[in-house]
Amino acid sequence: MDLEIDARYDAFRKEVQGFLAEHRPAGPGGGKEERVAWLTKLIEHGYWARTIPEAYGGFGAEPDLLETVIMDEEFNKVGVPRGMMAQGPSMLVPTLLAHGTEEQKQRYIAPTMRSEIMWCQGYSEPGSGSDLASLQTAAREDGDDFLINGQKIWTSSADISQMCFILVRTEPDAKKHDGISYVLLPMDTPGIEVQSLRTMSGSIGENSFNQVFFTDVRVPRSNVVGQRGEGWKIANTTLKHERSALNANAEGTWIRLARLMEKETVGGVSLMKSPVYRDRLMRLQARALSMKHHGMRMLTANLKGESPGVAGLIVKLQNCQLNFDMAALAIDVMGELGALYDHTKYERGHGYWQAHSIFSLGLIIGGGTAQIQKNIIAERGLGMPREPKPAKA
Amino acid sequence: MDFGLSEDQLLLEDTVRKFLAEQVPIERVRELRERDCPYDPEVWAALAELGVAGILVPEAQGGSGLALLDAALVAESLARAATPAPFLATAIMAPVALKAVGGGDAEAWMSAIAGGELVVGVAATELFSVREDAGVRLSGGKLAGKAMMALDAHGAGLLLVAVDPTTLAAVKTDAPGVAIERLKTLDATRCTAEVVFDGAAPEVVFEGAGEAIRRMLEAGRIALAADTLGCCESMVEQAVAYSKERKQFERVIGSFQAVKHMCSEMIAEVEPARSLLWYSAHSFDAMPDEAPLMACHALAHLSEIGREIASVSTQVHGGIGWTDEQNLHFWFKRIATARHLLGGPEFLRNRAAELQGFAPAA
Ligand SMILES: Cc1cc2nc3c(=O)[nH]c(=O)nc-3n(C[C@H](O)[C@H](O)[C@H](O)COP(=O)(O)OP(=O)(O)OC[C@H]3O[C@@H](n4cnc5c(N)ncnc54)[C@H](O)[C@@H]3O)c2cc1C
Repeated sequence: MDLEIDARYDAFRKEVQGFLAEHRPAGPGGGKEERVAWLTKLIEHGYWARTIPEAYGGFGAEPDLLETVIMDEEFNKVGVPRGMMAQGPSMLVPTLLAHGTEEQKQRYIAPTMRSEIMWCQGYSEPGSGSDLASLQTAAREDGDDFLINGQKIWTSSADISQMCFILVRTEPDAKKHDGISYVLLPMDTPGIEVQSLRTMSGSIGENSFNQVFFTDVRVPRSNVVGQRGEGWKIANTTLKHERSALNANAEGTWIRLARLMEKETVGGVSLMKSPVYRDRLMRLQARALSMKHHGMRMLTANLKGESPGVAGLIVKLQNCQLNFDMAALAIDVMGELGALYDHTKYERGHGYWQAHSIFSLGLIIGGGTAQIQKNIIAERGLGMPREPKPAKA
Repeated sequence: MDFGLSEDQLLLEDTVRKFLAEQVPIERVRELRERDCPYDPEVWAALAELGVAGILVPEAQGGSGLALLDAALVAESLARAATPAPFLATAIMAPVALKAVGGGDAEAWMSAIAGGELVVGVAATELFSVREDAGVRLSGGKLAGKAMMALDAHGAGLLLVAVDPTTLAAVKTDAPGVAIERLKTLDATRCTAEVVFDGAAPEVVFEGAGEAIRRMLEAGRIALAADTLGCCESMVEQAVAYSKERKQFERVIGSFQAVKHMCSEMIAEVEPARSLLWYSAHSFDAMPDEAPLMACHALAHLSEIGREIASVSTQVHGGIGWTDEQNLHFWFKRIATARHLLGGPEFLRNRAAELQGFAPAA
């Protein structure tokens, strides 16, 4: 255990603080141009895309655990997100770095990190969710191209994305897991139709949820990532990244919750003075601190190239539930006003916690449900036997 | 920057675990629990030789001079084996307090601790919870009153008594006016006692020992949390192993999803708690400003998840889990008892809130 912060890191922390003091007001704005400008600035200073090679538009630093910790701490303190949680940076980019061709890396990584290109993840289908490998959307070979036909669903951000990383069945005769390919697909290709779905969050929270229909959609075969038929393996790297990206910043959320509790009053008395609510807050703090330090442990293992084993498999399950529970306390703290919704008068923080609650529930389901996580933990982490297959009728 | 255990720490853990597996198998624990005090002096002497008794004692006094994280790994290992030993008060709390107060007496006692010759009990419960009119007073240089749930006091040679938050008295257990009576706990591997003082003369009274007492409690809480972590690990391992053997409906019960999910949920609590514990123990030496808060959170959190894991891992065993023969109860009871020793979760969380200025200081 070595968490010593030597002088070099003091200087680094000051540098981050200085940056935030100077640039914070220009934090991530609403529009696309502001967002791109902000991310570009973050990359320039190495606070985003920090360890991505310069050749692909990153900052090119060596991975360093403590720097990561310091950046997260300082950005948390001022409540500014460090970069952008989206499927492109958190899932596609690590996959391309591991499996992409040089041309794919050159072409996509930099604009994705700057959010000039938005990506959606085309995995789930109406008949294939938890059992993803049963997916049916087909890509038939046609000269140098594939022709894609089928349907995807629950596709977040499909309506605002320029690109989609999609899983399609390219080898219909192969076994279920061996017939899938991972393809990069421009969303403006003719034959793609996106229909938006209204989510349970309603008008609050900008959650885009869609179904996408494909009719003879033509895409060059060179857009396959890795080998044909290896899509399942490659998708699993992506899912792994999705699940570790969901190692959302629990501590930052907890700090925000504590601030809310201090500010909210009943009869003029701060809710922080209530032992009942305070006890719940403290209990959540222990969980948030556990996940924070657990994250450092996982990061150390990753940097050393060690497999964290079962300790790594539990992260998504625990973080998603923790976030949901923190939102639940926040809403309880608001009392009657916790029922307010849809930007009504007296609503707190523009409905942040209501949105966070519903969003966290979505994350408990998305990217592999809690139940699927528990199956994985038991079978891969604890070596418990798989469910026997039902006998074929 | 490295958040993990060192080679030396892994080696220490391995050494202690091998020793305990050989010398104190669970059959031995079953024998020891019948004794008036389950601590086996022979085992303790052997553990002292391994460096366990003096793990926190400075090298100058014949100890290993290691850090609390090292000691926490030992606490965890002792708990995994359900070993009865006066580790908490003698090897953790007393050396931390004695190091902080310093002086010739303290050094001599630390040497004796490291050599395995001296068991030290700690009476500090009344600092945070006064029941049954307990409490110890110091007047005219003599101790009077009673201390409840004094840790490792039964069978000890010396007692450290927190008279108030800044006064620590050291008194010999065979001094006139000291009466020690074991208070049996659910956990038969632990030895706590009531100590009644009737004009006992302490060897030394350390005044202005607020820092020493505070650090002693922090270290004790972290070590106790490590103890519960060790119990949890053992119980989850036993549940998983049993689920791979026991068959019902012509399949091993571990292939039933309900059983898998019980086990997944348990391990999903254990692993982050381990990270919390490592950080807390490390903070004690490396970031002492953070240690008071971390100690409260570590013990409260482990007590909470411990209770659940104790119950669920027993359920995985079905009826046999409820028997004495299956041994699982040793860990169940160790977890259940630890929860009450250095402040329960509700107390600790309130303390955590106070430390952050969220609650008015008591
Ligand atoms: C907010 C959100 C965003 C999403 N974004 C995307 C996206 O961008 N791209 C994309 O492709 N998909 C996305 N999804 C889809 C998501 O991956 C699926 O919803 C998820 O994998 C579950 O599949 P399903 O909806 O078909 O549910 P089902 O698989 O039908 O599951 C229904 C219930 O059955 C349980 N269940 C199923 N199989 C088992 C089993 N073997 N053992 C125990 N329980 C089981 C599940 O846990 C669940 O409780 C998103 C979902 C959400 C909620």
